[in-house]
Amino acid sequence: MATEFSQKFKADAKRVAGDLRHRELIQGALRKYEVVRDSCKEAFQDWQGAREGAAERKSDAIDHLDTYLEEFASKLEARGTKVHWAGTGPDARQIFLDILKEKGARSIIKSKAMTAEEIHLNEALEKAGYSVVESDLGEYIVQLRHETPYHIVFPAMHLTRGEISSLFAEKLGSAPTDNPEDLTMIARAVLREKYVTADVGITGANFAVAETGMVSITENEGNARLTAALPRTMITLLGIEKIVPKLGDLALFLPMLATAGAGQALTGYNSMYGGPRQPGECDGPEEFHVILLDNGRTALLADAEQRDTLRCIRCGACLNVCPIYRNVGGHAYGTTYSGPIGSVITPHLRGLQDWKHLSQASSLCGACSEACPVKIDLHHHLLQNRRNAMASKPVRWEKLAFRAFGWLAVRPRLLEALMPFGRFGQKWFHWIVKGGRLDPVRVWTETRELPAFAPSSFTQLWRAKKRAEAAR
Amino acid sequence: MNAEKQKILRRIREALGVHTVHTVHKVHPQGDIASWLPKVGPAFEAWAELFAKNSVQLKTSFHLVESEAAAARLLAETARAEGWQRLAAHGNGPARAIVTTLGLPSLWTDGGYDARELERCDAGITECDALVAQTGSVLVTSKSAGGRALSVLPPHHVVLARREQLVADLPAAFALLERKYRDAYPSFIGFITGPSRTGDIERILVLGAHGPKKLTIVCW
Amino acid sequence: MNTCYPEAGMSMVKVLERLGHAVQFHEDIFCCGQPAFNAGYWDEARMVAGPVLETLAGDGADAIVIGSGSCGAMLKVFYRDLFAKTALEGKAAAVGERTWEFSDFLVTKLGVTDVGAHFPARVTFHDGCHGLRELKVKQQPRRLLEHVRGLELIEMREAETCCGFGGTFSAKFPAISTAMGEVKCASAADTSAEYIVSNDSSCLMQIQGLLDRQKKPIKTMHLAEVLARQ
Repeated sequence: MATEFSQKFKADAKRVAGDLRHRELIQGALRKYEVVRDSCKEAFQDWQGAREGAAERKSDAIDHLDTYLEEFASKLEARGTKVHWAGTGPDARQIFLDILKEKGARSIIKSKAMTAEEIHLNEALEKAGYSVVESDLGEYIVQLRHETPYHIVFPAMHLTRGEISSLFAEKLGSAPTDNPEDLTMIARAVLREKYVTADVGITGANFAVAETGMVSITENEGNARLTAALPRTMITLLGIEKIVPKLGDLALFLPMLATAGAGQALTGYNSMYGGPRQPGECDGPEEFHVILLDNGRTALLADAEQRDTLRCIRCGACLNVCPIYRNVGGHAYGTTYSGPIGSVITPHLRGLQDWKHLSQASSLCGACSEACPVKIDLHHHLLQNRRNAMASKPVRWEKLAFRAFGWLAVRPRLLEALMPFGRFGQKWFHWIVKGGRLDPVRVWTETRELPAFAPSSFTQLWRAKKRAEAAR
Repeated sequence: MNAEKQKILRRIREALGVHTVHTVHKVHPQGDIASWLPKVGPAFEAWAELFAKNSVQLKTSFHLVESEAAAARLLAETARAEGWQRLAAHGNGPARAIVTTLGLPSLWTDGGYDARELERCDAGITECDALVAQTGSVLVTSKSAGGRALSVLPPHHVVLARREQLVADLPAAFALLERKYRDAYPSFIGFITGPSRTGDIERILVLGAHGPKKLTIVCW
Repeated sequence: MNTCYPEAGMSMVKVLERLGHAVQFHEDIFCCGQPAFNAGYWDEARMVAGPVLETLAGDGADAIVIGSGSCGAMLKVFYRDLFAKTALEGKAAAVGERTWEFSDFLVTKLGVTDVGAHFPARVTFHDGCHGLRELKVKQQPRRLLEHVRGLELIEMREAETCCGFGGTFSAKFPAISTAMGEVKCASAADTSAEYIVSNDSSCLMQIQGLLDRQKKPIKTMHLAEVLARQ
């Protein structure tokens, strides 16, 4: 039953959940986020109305995805953009390689793109002999560590300044420093050189505006703007679900993304790109390529029950509030998209049976659905994934156990008859094996005490009460 | 490429359960967005106050002055205080007029420029399309602000704006873009909200990650 | 509640009778079927939930009151999904309409916030997730506790954060469940309250289990038990 993915997840989750230093670091950071997020939400005249409006607009986009994608592509092409369509990750990687080869690319600068992580772009480019430099500070840091991003918005959230200082000292030869500003300036100096010399810039995108044929990129650092300004060739990779119908819709999505994702009223730079350098413009890439990626999104689209997951604007709010994420961290998920959204879509994108454990590792508390700015019914989708997984491939012993419980649960008199044995066993025998290898409920008792069976059950107390009342 | 496009579109149509191409889209009233977003006052005074308040919070240096001449004087003081040696700017409007008065070696991005030379400039001075009170943002495009890099590469970005350019909120800003550029959008449109920043190290705010460490807005 | 926390159930009865209502109990209902449902075994869940639905549908009671946010959510919200497109679809909807979580019943349905309780203690309240997010139970328990004479209610940091029980989740992913519970216990301990009160026995079982292992003095108590005290 346990796949290697689920075994690794359980082991990693257990290790990180018990790491008190990690717990304090991550939860401390996220508590600060909650404070600023709440003040941004309160500034909205109608946050719930905004969620409705955002959900409606994204639903419209998804429900008419074919039309909007065609509009998007044709508007871009009218301005000289080359639009490519990639069915799978390997298709997308090949498109990149073809462009890079044709352009004789020597130096590549890249800004943050979760879709690029999804298709393992950097590895493919490096294998083909290209060197790719991540320009987003957090991504740059995890790239130096040969790690994947820890969080979809804050890639290096799991590291302390001391760890980053040692990293820079080791890889860049810089002097160790405890000061985050100094550390940032070290990275800034290294990367400025790359901006000016890179011949190819690769970006992701947060939104794809159908009406005007533009990709919209949100960031705080300015590295994506530089990636889109200076290199001669610009390539943007994005999932097909990023569509929003109208340019004016961004007036809603940009502040909601900033509020939910980072607790900011608006992110530092929100930039829309509609083509390569146009006649009369003094800079910008000579060639602009946009790669539209499917890679399983049409499969999600086909599941009418879970189609709303394609509304996701990748803000990270669900990660921030998820108690599972807050205790196991982003890496334990073992896949590109972590947190609740990752737990919902990964079984669809990468295989239900291999990844159902992510949908199972949840208490279904619903904090994610509550936080989602586009009202995706995340926690109910986790339930649906579980149902689908067990319907197609039930776990034999588990199904049997639930059948047995079902048989017993409708025979309360039998349960009543068994209660004294339960009490006896708990009082006289359980203490011997409690918490150890032979304890049948070790999964509980390893860390927690069990409640005692009450001397009289509610049913017994109820009957006694009724008898006393009748006697009166 | 086209074959892949058709395959993807076909998968989408099958997934949505339709076999014909949609031609009608649901039209959303745009007016409601403004009613959900944070409240903004009714006119210039309220907008200027809100923009100023936001600027303080964002660590943007915002100055409302009486005239273009006053703006030029302010820039001259800044140039002295910061020890500017080389500037970059654009166009044939107020930016060129004011920067010329400063008498410093200047790079003009119109018509093209060398990226290394731009990188060596102490400040990039641009005009803009609008200032947005609701968020404290500057709206620029590659047409109004001398290209894509001028407003982001030099370590100090100075924006020259007119009072009439101050708008209430984001919906108003997008409406302005549509009116101004509808049939010929510039290839780059940008909302700039404060200097460059990062929270990637322990979520501690640091300014000047890659883009400008300083943002100054002079409005008359 | 039947086997381990019968006092909570008897307390509910006491409070309802004190307010002048006749209370009925179905001895043959043991479980709402949520464990199998949450694990994805919906056929097996229907084995348990079907008879429950039949019993409740025909009992003639004005209201079904449940002392648990999670069981309440099962009946009120999830039975609709479980029995969708089956013969019991209508009954599921009808029973859901009549179902109330205990504090919601008192405050929203009966309009009562003072049940004449007296419990001098410092108390903090943990919001059980299903009650909070599926049944919108947030203010109701607090308003009831406000009117308990002598009681001081202190809000804990992250009162709405899940305690980590989540049904079979606590057994399938015990390390994560424990970590979540530890965070909850720490939040409660920081208030220096004497009691952690909640409207869900499963949450209390998880929290008490950790507190007992840690040998901490703070005690858990079901909301009904607080309200029954005089």
